[in-house]
Amino acid sequence: MRLVILFLLYFFNLVFSSFSLIASTIYVGQKTPFHSIRQAVIHASPFDTIFVQPGIYFEHDLNIDKPLFVIGINHPIIDGQHIYEVVSIRASQVLFTGFKIQHSGVGTLVDPAGIKIYNVSNVTVSNNILDDNFFGIYTQNGKACIIKNNTIKSYGQAEQEIGNGIHCWKSDSMQIIGNTITGHRDGIYFEFVTNSIIWRNTSIANLRYGLHFMFSNNDTYITNIFKKNGAGVAVMFTKGVTMINNTFEQNWGDAAYGLLLKEISDSFIFNNKFTENTMGIYMEGASRCQMQKNIFKNNGWAIKIQASCMDVTITQNNFFGNTFDVGTNGTLVLNSFNANYWDKYQGYDLNKDNIGDIPYRPISMFSMIIEKNPPAMILFRSIMVSLLDKTEKMIPSLTPENLKDETPLLKPVKL
Amino acid sequence: MNKLIKYVIIDILRNKIVLAYTIILSIISFSVFSLEDNTAKGLLSLLNLILFIVPLVSIIFSTIYCYNSSEFIELLLSQPIQRKQIWLSLFAGLAVSLSLAFLLGVGIPLLCFEPTPTGLMMIIAGCLLSIIFVAIALFASVLTRDKAKGIGFAILLWLYFTLIFDGLILFLLFQFADYPLEKIMIIISGFNPVDLSRIIILLQLDVSALMGYTGAVFKDFFGTNLGFFVALSALVIWVLVPLQLSLYVFKRKDL
Repeated sequence: MRLVILFLLYFFNLVFSSFSLIASTIYVGQKTPFHSIRQAVIHASPFDTIFVQPGIYFEHDLNIDKPLFVIGINHPIIDGQHIYEVVSIRASQVLFTGFKIQHSGVGTLVDPAGIKIYNVSNVTVSNNILDDNFFGIYTQNGKACIIKNNTIKSYGQAEQEIGNGIHCWKSDSMQIIGNTITGHRDGIYFEFVTNSIIWRNTSIANLRYGLHFMFSNNDTYITNIFKKNGAGVAVMFTKGVTMINNTFEQNWGDAAYGLLLKEISDSFIFNNKFTENTMGIYMEGASRCQMQKNIFKNNGWAIKIQASCMDVTITQNNFFGNTFDVGTNGTLVLNSFNANYWDKYQGYDLNKDNIGDIPYRPISMFSMIIEKNPPAMILFRSIMVSLLDKTEKMIPSLTPENLKDETPLLKPVKL
Repeated sequence: MNKLIKYVIIDILRNKIVLAYTIILSIISFSVFSLEDNTAKGLLSLLNLILFIVPLVSIIFSTIYCYNSSEFIELLLSQPIQRKQIWLSLFAGLAVSLSLAFLLGVGIPLLCFEPTPTGLMMIIAGCLLSIIFVAIALFASVLTRDKAKGIGFAILLWLYFTLIFDGLILFLLFQFADYPLEKIMIIISGFNPVDLSRIIILLQLDVSALMGYTGAVFKDFFGTNLGFFVALSALVIWVLVPLQLSLYVFKRKDL
């Protein structure tokens, strides 16, 4: 009996392995048996390779429901004619690469996307150009998928009329690498996505956020560029985020932040660059975060840290040419500033150890006045205000007494 | 009239105060740029110079000059020259020499170290402020014959424009904090040439912060070409109105 079972196992094994051995290559194009990708997918067996020759293919809801390698040669165009979802991937271990996908449908009920990945794992979507889609690449319930080197562009006019560039919902171990996203609502959107990495992406001129994070624990983003987005980057309700070497630039507007941290805990912000934002970092309800070796340059407010933040440590950062270094909304300070370089520091260093002998108070009186009364901005840099600031420096009354850097550096931190 | 202007300018140059003013300005501006390694800080020091020192020197020097040349003016009045011509050439001479001093003292260092729109805006604003405060000085000095009174009045006016006005605005802002004041603030700022020039420089200097909530209102107004021209023409009006007023008084004055 055991022998029979063993034999059967051996037989099945042979059959299955022969499947992968006989995996064939299918060509799609004008001069080949298959004129549409859909036919080729239906005809293909698992682990076949489908090469698609250049041309324009009017496919809709192209359903890839078995593990296939779908490869476009010279970016063949798949067009959703503004009605349909273009490509739906419903099988694990699919490779989908080298296409130009355009004109997906628009809809708020089903969220049609250029490429949508449903409940699968180990899918790779790479080197595609997505043009004028509602959502760009959409993953729901995906695991260990790779979204790499795609160029995603759309032409959204209003936030409610356009979807996100890369949208991941309830996924795990995702790799988002080297994509360029423009003109969507959020460049990259993460909701309930864990243990994932976002690396070397460029998110420019999206309507809302360059990157939007919600309830996504233990994610890392490294060396991304976020520029000129409607409201910068928002990280909310998340634990254990690591942000390294990102660039946040020119996020301008009344509610625009380089980086918005709302209800964030146990996170690490290292070696990022914040340049010319209305607010470099805005923190609300953040706790146990480390901020190290970042550069804040020419921002309106380098850091706005609300009184609801706790145990945030800000050390060894460089502050250059910001209009206001730090802003806050109350007198409670549960955070520490240590060993930063502030270009506005006017103290001295008698023992020449490169640490200022008197503490630096990064909050000016005027920034408190503006917090209470925004139109007072019109008086900024007037003699009156400079006088007020000077007196406040000598006898602090409005500004929080404890918000100070006890060991300000006299030279910028070398990075 | 050209002859008169030429004479006034030569006279001003001869008493060497304007020359000293030019040299001091250029020493200050060169040193603020070479002491600091980033030019942004130098610009801020220069902004204070433009908003504080330039109006002060312009108004006090012009007032004193007016009083000191009262005998010369009387002498001219005995000649067949219109009063208007005498007064305008006095104004032109003062305005040209003081703004020239500013251009040489601050304009050249600015162009050397910061040839950007910000630098250019500062030069324009400084020049206009020099001229505006000459006009205001003429108005102050024509009001009264008493030299002490006239200079005192000029200093008061300077204090009002650089300090008291801003204090009043701050007071108003806090008194009426519950009302939307942004648009009114734009109009009110037009009543003070120092504020007006500060704001147009600020739009270049602190654009990131100004993009904040109310800042956006100011930016939307002053930042556009139309707003900029409105601001500039408001500054020109600040030259014309005191000048016309002083001319009006001077024409009817019993010297």
